[in-house]
Amino acid sequence: MKEFLVSLLQNEILVYSIMALVPLVWVIPFALFAVWWERKISAHMQDRLGPMRTGGWHGWSQTIADILKLIQKEDIIPTAADKKLFMLAPYVVFTGSYAAYAAIPFSAAYVGSEINIGLFYIIAISSLVVIGLLMAGWASNNKWSLFGAMRSAAQVISYEIPVALALLAVVMVAGTFDLHQINQAQEGGILHWYIFRNPFLLPAFVIYFVASLAETNRTPFDIPEAESELVGGYHTEYGGMRFAILFLSEYANMFAVSSIAATLFFGGWTSPFGEALSGPWWGLFWFLGKGMAFIFVQMWLRWTLPRLRVDQLMYVGWKVLIPFAFVVVLGVGFWVMVIG
Amino acid sequence: MQETMTSPAGVPGFGRALKTEEMVLNMGPQHPSTHGVLRLEVVVDGEIVVDVVPHIGYLHRCFEKHCEHMTNYQQVIPYADRMDYVAAMSNELGYVVAAERMLKIKVPERVEYIRVIMAEFSRIVSHLIAIGTYGMDIGAFTPFLYCMRDRERVLDIFEQTCGARLLYNYMWIGGLSHDVSPDFADKVKSFCKYFRPTIKELNDLLSYNKIFIRRTANVGVLPREVALNYAVSGPVLRGSGVKWDLRKNDSYSVYDKLDFEIPIGAGKKGTVGDCWDRYMVRIHEMEQSVNIIEQAVDKLPTGDVQAALPKRIRPDAGETYARTETPKGELGYYIVSDGSATPFRIKVKSPCFVNLSALPAISRGAMIADLVAILGSIDIVLGEVDR
Amino acid sequence: MGRYFRDVWEGIVTVLIGMKVTWRHLFTPAVTIQYPDVKLKLPERARNRLYVNMDDCIGCDQCAMACPVDCITIETIKSTPDVDLGLTSVGTKKRLYVPVFDIDIAKCCYCALCVYPCPTECIKMTDVYEFSEYNRENLIYNFATMTAAEAEQAKARLAAYDKEQAAKKAAAAAAAAAVKPAPTPAPSPNPDSKT
Repeated sequence: MKEFLVSLLQNEILVYSIMALVPLVWVIPFALFAVWWERKISAHMQDRLGPMRTGGWHGWSQTIADILKLIQKEDIIPTAADKKLFMLAPYVVFTGSYAAYAAIPFSAAYVGSEINIGLFYIIAISSLVVIGLLMAGWASNNKWSLFGAMRSAAQVISYEIPVALALLAVVMVAGTFDLHQINQAQEGGILHWYIFRNPFLLPAFVIYFVASLAETNRTPFDIPEAESELVGGYHTEYGGMRFAILFLSEYANMFAVSSIAATLFFGGWTSPFGEALSGPWWGLFWFLGKGMAFIFVQMWLRWTLPRLRVDQLMYVGWKVLIPFAFVVVLGVGFWVMVIG
Repeated sequence: MQETMTSPAGVPGFGRALKTEEMVLNMGPQHPSTHGVLRLEVVVDGEIVVDVVPHIGYLHRCFEKHCEHMTNYQQVIPYADRMDYVAAMSNELGYVVAAERMLKIKVPERVEYIRVIMAEFSRIVSHLIAIGTYGMDIGAFTPFLYCMRDRERVLDIFEQTCGARLLYNYMWIGGLSHDVSPDFADKVKSFCKYFRPTIKELNDLLSYNKIFIRRTANVGVLPREVALNYAVSGPVLRGSGVKWDLRKNDSYSVYDKLDFEIPIGAGKKGTVGDCWDRYMVRIHEMEQSVNIIEQAVDKLPTGDVQAALPKRIRPDAGETYARTETPKGELGYYIVSDGSATPFRIKVKSPCFVNLSALPAISRGAMIADLVAILGSIDIVLGEVDR
Repeated sequence: MGRYFRDVWEGIVTVLIGMKVTWRHLFTPAVTIQYPDVKLKLPERARNRLYVNMDDCIGCDQCAMACPVDCITIETIKSTPDVDLGLTSVGTKKRLYVPVFDIDIAKCCYCALCVYPCPTECIKMTDVYEFSEYNRENLIYNFATMTAAEAEQAKARLAAYDKEQAAKKAAAAAAAAAVKPAPTPAPSPNPDSKT
C-alpha cells in the first residue's frame, strides 16, 4: 500500500500521514459498533433484549444517538482543576492506545510502519496510557479521582510485566520483533499458528490474555471503573465529548490488545485454510474477525465475573501471573533449543 | 524547643513519625450499594476502616404512629406490608399471628397452609433480591437479572391470587382476602420444578466462583458470641453457626407439621460466620422453602378461607407479643389494646434494625471494598429499619 | 504450596463454568417483552385504578371509612320523599344524593379495602395502570355526576323540606298544647332543704 501511495502522491510525508490515519477509519466505527455490541451481548446473556428502538433494527444506531447527545453536552471543567492537564489527558490516553496500531499488520498489504522492533515498540508506547490516566486523575482536583487514577496506574504497570514476558515467549519462537514477519511465519494453515506449534505458547496466550484484561481495565480488573465503590474513578469529572474520547480510547485499546493476541498467537491475517481464502482483502477479513472474536471473549468475561479487590488484583498479577510467565519463558526457551 | 517525635514503635530519636490522618468518608444516603437510603459515616485510615457509624431514619414513615389512628385493626395490614416491601407477605403473617393470638381466633387449616405457602414464597423472593444485589455489589451483574427473572414468576403467582405484585393486603385477621385460584397448585408445582435447577445455575455462576469466594470468605466474620450479644437473627445468626429458627424453635402456624431443615454456616470456604456463610445460608434456605411449598401444596385441605373472619375486631384490653421468622430474621409485633376498635400501640421489633446494629462491630479492620460486601451480606431493607 | 496451585486451578475452572452458564443464556430467548408495543394481559383480580359506578352508589360512606389513607371524599345530601332516586342494580333503594365523590388516586395505596365493604359493589379496581398525568390536580378523580347547580337545588329542596317539617312539628305541638289543660304550677322550693 505504501508503494502505491508514494507513486500516486510523490510526497513521503503526506504518505506517512495518510498511512497513520488509516487505522482511524477502522477504530472509530469499531468503537461505535463495539458499544452497541457490548450492550446487545450483555442483554442476551441476561435474558433480555438490549437496545431495540433507535434506528429500527435492534437499535443499531443507539451509539450514534449517544455520541450526538454527548457532543451537545455542556463542557464542565472544575474551577480548581488544572485546566491544561485536564484538557490534555483524554488525548494522551487516546494517543497511547492508538499509537500501537502503527506496528500492527492489518493485512499482508498494509502495515502502518515496517519497523523491525514492532513488538518492543508496542509494549513501550502503550505505557503512555498510564501517564494519561494519572494526568486525568490529578488534574480533576478530586480526591476520589486521584485515588482511582493511582489504583489504575498501579494496576496497569504491574500487569505490563506478564504481558512483556508472555510476548517474549513468542519472540523466542519467532526470532524477531517484527510483527509483519511473525505473521508471515504463520502462513500455511491453522496448524502453523504459533499457539499450536509450541505447547508452552498456550499458557503464554492465557497469561497474555488475562494480563491484557487488566491493561484495558476490564472486569474482573475494573476497579478503576467500579461505580459501586469509588464514584467513578479517574473519569469522574469528565463529561460530554471528553468522556467520549476516554471511552473511545478504551475500546481502541481493547481492539489493539485483541489484535496483538490474534497476530502473535493465532496467525493474524493468515487464513486457517492455508492457501484457500487468502489474499490482501481476505487477510483483512481474517484479521478483523479474529480481533472481534477476542473482543467477544473480553465482553463475555465482563458479564460473567465479579470484580477483584485491589490487593487481590495485585496478588494475581505479581504472585500468579509473573511466576507462571517465567516458567513459560523457560519452557519455551528449552523447547526451542532442544526440539527446535 | 526541639520536638522529638518518636515512631509508633516507641523508638526515640527515630525522626519525625509518619503523621497519618484519619479521613471521614460519607457513603450515602444516595449510593449504589447501600440498598436504600442509608448513610454510613466511615472513618478510614488509608484503605482500612477504623469505624463505621450508620445513620438511619431517612425512610421513617411513622408506621407505628399511624396505627394508633386507624379505624380498625384490618386497616393496619396495608401499612404492615410496606415495612419490608421486598417480602411483604411475611410482614402480614407476623401481624395476623399476633392479632389472632390477641383475639383468640382459630383460623381454618386451609388458611394456615396457604399462609405458609405465601410466606415461603416471600422468603424465596426476598433471598433472590438479596443474592442478586449482593452479586451486583461484588461486581457480577448477570446473576441479578437471573434472580429478577425468577422473581417475576413468583410475582405472577401472587398477582393471580390477590391482584397485586408487591404489596398485597392478602392475609386478614381471621382469614384471607381471596381464596386461591383453581390452577394454583399446578402453577406452584411448575414453579418449584423450574426453580430447583435455577438455584444450581446460580451456584455455578456466582456462589462457587473463585473470585466471589475470595471477596466474601473470611470477610466480615461475625463470631457466635458477638452475634448472640447483638441479638441478630435470621440468616445473619445462622451464618455464624447458631441453629436457631423460629419456625422450629418457637413454632407458629402449621410449620410443626412440615418437614424441613435449618441450614447453618459451617465455614466451608473460610471462617464460620463470614459473608460467604451468610450468603450460602440464604441459598440453602431457598432450597428448603421450595421443599416446604411442595409439601404444603400437597397437603392443602379444603375449606372456606373466610369462615373465621370476625365481624368486628374489638379485642379485650391487654397486650400481646408474637414473633415470626421473616427472611430477614425475627420480626416481632407487640400490640397493646385498650379495648376499643383502634389499636392503642403497635410496636414492631424489626430484624434489619437489629442486624444493622452489628455492622460496626464486624467491619472494623476491613477495607472499603469489604465494607460493601459486609453490608450486602447483612441484607437490610431500609423500609424495615426505619419503618 | 499445594494450596497455591489448587487455588489457581479452582480459579480457572470456576471461571470456565461461569462462562459456560452465560454462553448458554446467550441462546435462550429473552424473557422481556417490548412494552409499549406489547402488553401483558393482567389476571382478572388485578388491582389497579379505581372506578366507581355512580349509578349504584348509595352514599353509605363505607369505602371512605375503610380507606387507610383517607383518599376518598364523599358528601351526601338527603333526598326528600317526593323525589325518587331509583334503585341500584342490586335492588337497594337510593335515598341520598352524592354530589361529591372524589378519589385522590395519587394517595391511593391500592389495598382494595374500599372494595370489600361496598354493599352494592359499585367501587372496583380495574386493570388500568397507565394513567400518568402531567398535572397533579388531574389525579383527583371526580366521579359524581351531579352538577353544582343540581347540588344547590337539592340542598335548597332539603332545606325547604326541613323547614316545612319543622313548621308542621311546631304546629302539631301547639295544637297538642291547646288541647291539654293548663299545667299545675311547680311547687316552691323548700327553703330548709340545704345540705
